[in-house]
Amino acid sequence: MKRVLSSIIFFVALVAIWHFVVLTGWKPRVLLPDPFAVGEYLKASLMDGTIFQASKVTLWRLFTGYGIGIILGIPLGMLTAKFRFIEDTVGVLALGLQTLPSVCWVPLGIMWFGQTEATMLFVVIMGSLWSVTISTDNGIRNVPPIFARAARTMGAKQFYTWTRVILPASAPFILSGMKQGWAFAWRSLMAAEIFVPILTGFGLGQVLQYGRDLNAMDQVIGVMLVIVIIGLVVDKVLFSPIERLLHRRWGTGKA
Amino acid sequence: MPIKEELYFVPPAKLRIDRVSKSFATRSGTLQALDQISLKINEGDFICLVGPSGCGKSTLLNIIAGLEKPDSGETLMDGKPVTGPGRERMVMFQEPALFPWLDVLKNVLFGLKLKPNLNNKERREVAQFYLRLVGLEEFAHANIHELSGGMKQRAALARCLAPNPRVLLMDEPFAALDALTREQLYGDIQRIWAERKKTIVFVTHNVREAACLGNRVVLFSPHPGRVREEFRIDLPHPRDINSVELAKYASRITRALKGYENSPGTEMAE
Repeated sequence: MKRVLSSIIFFVALVAIWHFVVLTGWKPRVLLPDPFAVGEYLKASLMDGTIFQASKVTLWRLFTGYGIGIILGIPLGMLTAKFRFIEDTVGVLALGLQTLPSVCWVPLGIMWFGQTEATMLFVVIMGSLWSVTISTDNGIRNVPPIFARAARTMGAKQFYTWTRVILPASAPFILSGMKQGWAFAWRSLMAAEIFVPILTGFGLGQVLQYGRDLNAMDQVIGVMLVIVIIGLVVDKVLFSPIERLLHRRWGTGKA
Repeated sequence: MPIKEELYFVPPAKLRIDRVSKSFATRSGTLQALDQISLKINEGDFICLVGPSGCGKSTLLNIIAGLEKPDSGETLMDGKPVTGPGRERMVMFQEPALFPWLDVLKNVLFGLKLKPNLNNKERREVAQFYLRLVGLEEFAHANIHELSGGMKQRAALARCLAPNPRVLLMDEPFAALDALTREQLYGDIQRIWAERKKTIVFVTHNVREAACLGNRVVLFSPHPGRVREEFRIDLPHPRDINSVELAKYASRITRALKGYENSPGTEMAE
């Protein structure tokens, strides 16, 4: 309760400072609207469904691309951890591409796939895949070899050992890779949506860019807030429960 | 009732180690870990392999387990050669090697899940039986990190016993525990050996521990690893590690060990 209260006080203070800066007249209101104007915009766009529609489009792209990234990344990481040859080839590639900000894929994506959903998915996959691959690889390498030995003495064969011992044992690493992959995917998708007008769907990034074109900064800030809130909610709803479960099992993460 | 059958004692197995040699490549050349080791282990023996580190006793245990292959020679269980790990020979390691993502009961169930001819209800019953045997029935749903070192080794023991192996291979299982906990476990393992009728091969560098537990104590010397001498401990079980007779055996064994060591063996001392 005390923690909730301190959060609330902090954010109220933040909004107050924002409002105060507006009142000083540092920037004209067209460029820096006050919190009430942004609130008005959010209220109106929630009522007419703009935000809802755009979030739906964006989240579909995000979850589809991210899902594909995970489905490809985990087996890829298992392969790089298991086979020296794949480690020296695909592993190096993954390491290199992970350092490449995935927004760099946007120009190629447009040329290859045009102004379609495929470009969006491509960018999101490129953003998440390598983080997941590398953390899976890393997690598997950090599994104490004695786990696999113990499993073998209990009669576990290769496949069973991989699915029931090595993967669960690497879960903390894989999860942190998934979180990083999520953050990369989210950033790169926003960049892609701002750069590329896609005819098949109007995402949050495009609503934001549209706001800039219309010189409607209340819209820009409003959409930014929505993006932040979605990120927070996903973290709390998707990752936090899994993290808590892992901490409870492993006995880690206690202050 | 298959559950009765499952919990029924399986006869302990006899083992024969026949001229087993094993060497490892190290940076400074080849290390002869085991040199022509032969050893007969009878049904229901509690045999302790003692020697300084580097004498190959753990390597021999891994070969019996089927986790490693000898360069030459072979291990026979009831006349059949050991070709790989198997449920009838379970290994308990120095580290508990319990899986932190599973609770205590599910850890014990892990090996049972791979055992055919049991349904899940029966598996749970079997697992609970062994948790009771090691005194952990109240911790069935505890997470691994919540257990003390001694409790972890008890859980590991239950996990090893659950598939009802005929041979139990123990690789310094109590070395990392404090003295008090260790003494409790000496009592437990002697009781379980008597109750469950297993052949136990127990590796240790602690002479008193070996004298306390084994009916046979086999001494190894290093570089290359060889069997040097065997002691029979003719004291009735359960034995108290602090008893005077046991101390006499232990000092005889220690003297023998020091006799064929080139450098003074500090590692022998408890």
